Amino acid sequence: MKIAVCIKRVPDSEARIKIGSDGKEIDGSGVKFVLNPYDEYAVEEALKLKGAAGAGEVVAVSLGTDAAQETIRTALAMGADRGILLKADNAGVDPLPAARVLAAELGEGGYDLILLGKLAIDDYSQAVGTMVAELLNLPCVSAITHLDITDGKGKAEREIEGGVEVVEFELPAVLTAEKGLNEPRYPALRGIMLAKKKPLEVKDVTLDPGGLEVLKLALPAERKAGRIVGEGPEAVPALLDALRNEAKVL
Amino acid sequence: MANVLAVLEQRGGALKSVSHEALTAARSIADGLGGEAHALVVGPAGTSGGGLGEYGADKVYLATDDALKLYQGDQYAQLAADRVNGGDYEAVILPATALGKDLGPRLAAKLGCPLVADAISVAYEGGIVVSRPVYAGKAIYTLKITAAPSVICIRPSAVTPAPATRDGTVEEIAASSQAGKAKPATTVEVKQPERAAVDVAEASVVVSGGRGLKEAENFKLIEELAEAMGAAVGASRAVVDAGWRPHAEQVGQTGKTVSPNLYFAIGISGAIQHLAGIRTAKVIVAINRDRDAPIFKVADYGIVGDLFEVTPKLTEEVKKMLEG
Ligand SMILES: Cc1cc2nc3c(=O)[nH]c(=O)nc-3n(C[C@H](O)[C@H](O)[C@H](O)COP(=O)(O)OP(=O)(O)OC[C@H]3O[C@@H](n4cnc5c(N)ncnc54)[C@H](O)[C@@H]3O)c2cc1C
Ligand SMILES: Nc1ncnc2c1ncn2[C@@H]1O[C@H](COP(=O)(O)O)[C@@H](O)[C@H]1O
Repeated sequence: MKIAVCIKRVPDSEARIKIGSDGKEIDGSGVKFVLNPYDEYAVEEALKLKGAAGAGEVVAVSLGTDAAQETIRTALAMGADRGILLKADNAGVDPLPAARVLAAELGEGGYDLILLGKLAIDDYSQAVGTMVAELLNLPCVSAITHLDITDGKGKAEREIEGGVEVVEFELPAVLTAEKGLNEPRYPALRGIMLAKKKPLEVKDVTLDPGGLEVLKLALPAERKAGRIVGEGPEAVPALLDALRNEAKVL
Repeated sequence: MANVLAVLEQRGGALKSVSHEALTAARSIADGLGGEAHALVVGPAGTSGGGLGEYGADKVYLATDDALKLYQGDQYAQLAADRVNGGDYEAVILPATALGKDLGPRLAAKLGCPLVADAISVAYEGGIVVSRPVYAGKAIYTLKITAAPSVICIRPSAVTPAPATRDGTVEEIAASSQAGKAKPATTVEVKQPERAAVDVAEASVVVSGGRGLKEAENFKLIEELAEAMGAAVGASRAVVDAGWRPHAEQVGQTGKTVSPNLYFAIGISGAIQHLAGIRTAKVIVAINRDRDAPIFKVADYGIVGDLFEVTPKLTEEVKKMLEG
């Protein structure tokens, strides 16, 4: 089974976000970058599927700057076979140009399955996976928490409000991974050593500008710390009084 | 003159309240443009498109087919794209629900147009201007849309449905547009939990519990308070990872983003990843025995104390208050 996994380099979830001097981008200095957590689920699933099939290849594809090579090495250390960096300076805020560049690369690869994360924790779009599927005209299930593949046919589950959808599809297909799909492995030392020697191809790409103009990027209005209405169960009436008469939410 | 299309969401033939929010947003953009607000309703036979004039729809396109009872992403996307291509639309608005977050990007890809995911505000200021959180809500973009059409997914509760009086004329359209794909994926069933619960992402009151509850069993304290308030139950990742609660209830960066009127964090410390999910809650109440817990820095009201004493008392008083 030949599987592609799209992975993105993103600021760590603990990172403090500072706004750059132009007021339109973050200031990435001093920020620790990691493999997008949802993409870890996608990589893990690809490795499991290849393992179960007994043969195949897992290719990690990332669109980004040269720094994303480090992210690709992380996926290679987890066990992916080779990497492709689609090198571009800036991805912009509209997800479609990125999806187009990824789809152009993935469409050429003859993959049985294309896996992505549900969401990138930087742009929070939750869009690139389903867009890639439409651009390639492939069946798609997004945000899956469970997957079975047998004889070229797949069955996946995705959580919706108040239930779980069960979706059937045929390969080739595009799937995006939600938390709960699996427990991603940590790269072992041996994996990290091996990863250094695995092939990583770099291709220059150009993104179209997209249709969104950034007017500004700002920190959200800080929530003002409220007040402690009291201690212990005796404080309950004061709390309810505040909710009803002050905040007017009861 | 350009129009705005709201793609509405139904469950079992009945429209969900997020649909009225999307339509209200569409109406306000259409007013800015001097155009019409249209609604697209897709569902099984018997789904009604009536009454939407009251939320500002000039026209309602209704596509019904029993094969579309469940959400079929591959088909819905083609149907919506055909409708957009068949009209003069400046923007398409969807609720940012599980359905909208799947359908919105598919539609944008088919139309080759920009997508705004998870907007928290939409306005017409000589052009469409939206705001949307990024980095788990740690920063907010203000964006101007420079191409038409565009697809905008709007977060549940970000817009308050506003009454309007428009015609809301219903026009039935064919539901059987080509699937677009050689082999579309098919949703075969929706598994429902035994007890139909209010979903955290859509509830107006959410009661969440964390590791402070000590064990899965004790979550009944949270369930009882939630029931008394007609609220949804939420959970921190710590308790989801421990297997006490299902992932569907997790609130935060790798769980759901919630925007209720009232959010209770009980025995939850307030880690940055949890706070990411509750930033847009209107009022936050924290119950924690640790006065220095970070949750108190964002809570509007707090009680310092043992949750095992405070929560049952709260449930009891809420019951009295709502009965009395
Ligand atoms: C990539 C990533 C993503 C993450 N995503 C999420 C996410 O989506 N959602 C999320 O919630 N977390 C997320 N986390 C985890 C997060 O960092 C915290 O570990 C988690 O939120 C802690 O859960 P908690 O508050 O229940 O537990 P704790 O931090 O252990 O807090 C328990 C609290 O209960 C209080 N307490 C204990 N006993 C009592 C008592 N008897 N009465 C009153 N109070 C009591 C304590 O004072 C403490 O404040 C993520 C982490 C990472 C790295
Ligand atoms: N620049 C990128 N390079 C590789 N994969 C990406 C990139 N951007 C997004 N993706 C993939 O698409 C998923 C969803 O991202 P997004 O739509 O940006 O939230 C991510 O989890 C990745 O799998």
